[in-house]
Amino acid sequence: MNIHEYQAKELLRKYGVPVPPGSLAHSVEQAVAAAEELGGGRFVIKAQIHAGGRGKAGGVKIAHSLEEVSATTDGLIGRRLVTAQTGPEGRLVQRVLVEQAADIAREFYFGLVIDRVSQRITAIACDGGGVNIEETARNEPKRIVREAVDPAVGMLDFQCRKVATHLGLGDKQLSVAVKLMQALYRCFRDNDALLIEINPLALTREGRLLAVDAKMEFDGNALYRQPQMNDLRDFDEEDPKEVEAAAHGLNYIALDGNIGCIVNGAGLAMATMDAIALHGGRPANFLDVGGGASPEKVANAFRIVLSDRNVKAVLINIFAGINRCEWIAEGVVRAMRELKITQPVVVRLAGTNVEQGRAVLAQSGLKFLTASQLDDAAMKAVQVVNGAQP
Amino acid sequence: MSIFVNKNSRVVIQGLTGQHGSFHAEEAIKIGTRVVAGVTPGKGGSKHLGIPVFDTVHEAVTRAGADVAGIFVPPPFAADAVMEAIDAGIRTIVVVADGIPVQDMVRVKRYAAGRDVVIIGPNTPGVITPGECKVGIMPAHIYKPGRVGVVSRSGTLNYEAVEQMTEHGLGETTCVGIGGDPITGTDFLTILRAFKDDPNTEVVTMIGEIGGNQEIEAATWAKDNLKKPLICFIAGLTAPKGRRMGHAGAVIAGPDDTAAAKMERLEALGAHVVRNPAKIGETVARIMK
Repeated sequence: MNIHEYQAKELLRKYGVPVPPGSLAHSVEQAVAAAEELGGGRFVIKAQIHAGGRGKAGGVKIAHSLEEVSATTDGLIGRRLVTAQTGPEGRLVQRVLVEQAADIAREFYFGLVIDRVSQRITAIACDGGGVNIEETARNEPKRIVREAVDPAVGMLDFQCRKVATHLGLGDKQLSVAVKLMQALYRCFRDNDALLIEINPLALTREGRLLAVDAKMEFDGNALYRQPQMNDLRDFDEEDPKEVEAAAHGLNYIALDGNIGCIVNGAGLAMATMDAIALHGGRPANFLDVGGGASPEKVANAFRIVLSDRNVKAVLINIFAGINRCEWIAEGVVRAMRELKITQPVVVRLAGTNVEQGRAVLAQSGLKFLTASQLDDAAMKAVQVVNGAQP
Repeated sequence: MSIFVNKNSRVVIQGLTGQHGSFHAEEAIKIGTRVVAGVTPGKGGSKHLGIPVFDTVHEAVTRAGADVAGIFVPPPFAADAVMEAIDAGIRTIVVVADGIPVQDMVRVKRYAAGRDVVIIGPNTPGVITPGECKVGIMPAHIYKPGRVGVVSRSGTLNYEAVEQMTEHGLGETTCVGIGGDPITGTDFLTILRAFKDDPNTEVVTMIGEIGGNQEIEAATWAKDNLKKPLICFIAGLTAPKGRRMGHAGAVIAGPDDTAAAKMERLEALGAHVVRNPAKIGETVARIMK
């Protein structure tokens, strides 16, 4: 689960991490009032959307006067911002963060992640700010320092000092940096974070360390013990189909193809998409109905998949383990009748009671394309969207 | 022969009296699994499905001789249940729960470090030695005894591969799902090492997916050490970057953990890479000829 930059910075303030003075604005008037109250002659106006790449896309701008604050905000709020991460449709900017521009001497990258290799919370830092950390790690690994945290003792001061000295922070800044990193670690641990990225972390000309940008991601599986996080969730930033799917216990991810997929199990769902691609087709989505695919779940899956207008055919691939094929088949038949589905539907059933499942489909009088194997199913789905007679 | 579980395994089900624990214990017993104990705190002293229930895993070990644990408790309680099983001296632990907070698993891994224990999962279909013992949720009837070792991240893709093998007249020594989470108790490498030491396993099938580098690590070891053919499939060729594909661990973070990059590396390491998920069984059959 992601949150906005302004929410991340509020959380940082609570943990004692210094951030630039600023406030949130939903309108031009609010932005101007915020700038007036902040004072100073340079402001940063930052579009608040979840996607990264805002700077390059014109979503982060400097304003030197209240007039410029007004004009800049007017150019952002209510517009769709297209960044490298939003896709071509972009994201609607509903609010901006107005901050005093920091007087930056040097910039760094500091992040905390769950590292899959060390299997621990790991601090990652780089001596340059605003960098693409994955790219830097690959091309200039010497610029990066990592410290894995032993959960039994937590982040230790000496680890923070190692990171700080790598960044060239000595003298008075050393103890300030240790305090800041410790605060970030506590924030990460206490809130079940998966990622906290301060990029850049800035050293100002007055010698202060400041979190100029903040990106945070939290563990959706831990929300039961982090109820405060639910208030920070912004559904406008999520695909409404994905939100609806999650509410029905389905895992749906929209893609840009035209073959809708309904599959049980994440691995098989991915493999089904791959099989479609191998036959020259394009999957419209990833959808995992999970275990216990009841008729209701199948019907909901159909509805969500077909709400994507690009979908020209649906491929159902269910390997019934603890499920039974006839239950799945009944769900498919019910959904097809209730939703009056006109697109061709390819059904591949396997596993428990597969014969009974096929019989239910055959007796329904509805038109299906059936397949007994994955390859055959993918091929039929691709053929049917390409206009071939099944 | 087999790995991790066999007809002599004495299984304790943590969460036996719950809906899932109860259902899957019964299914496991049908194929001959010796479920010797259940653990449900507060229900100690009772019986469920005719199996004695204890309050603690310690009692299940000392009084019922349990040596394998199947954990069917909900995600918020799963980490504690795993550590309890480790503390009680259980050496093979299967955690089925999907949705354990990652930081809980970080602590579990720290707790398990330096102890001789194999934790399978979380978010796993479990482990099965066909005809002998099942600890997990897989449909036992699709598995047949044979000489292929199977390890996968996912459940249904494991079933898919096994069904394809059955069509070619093949069966399995043991099938293991390591689970779809970013931090799993056991990695592919540990499972390959176990298959290497199992004389009945002739070939090993490894079914991975996007995210992380476990498959590469395992295949790098296998190149010089496995001494048995390794057949691999990687799911997620069509997965977009940065999106979690159902499994919390299945997300492409960089260019090295895409399915295409992984398959290329695996091929360079001498593994037999299957690019079409529908041809896993066919490939295994060809290599075993």
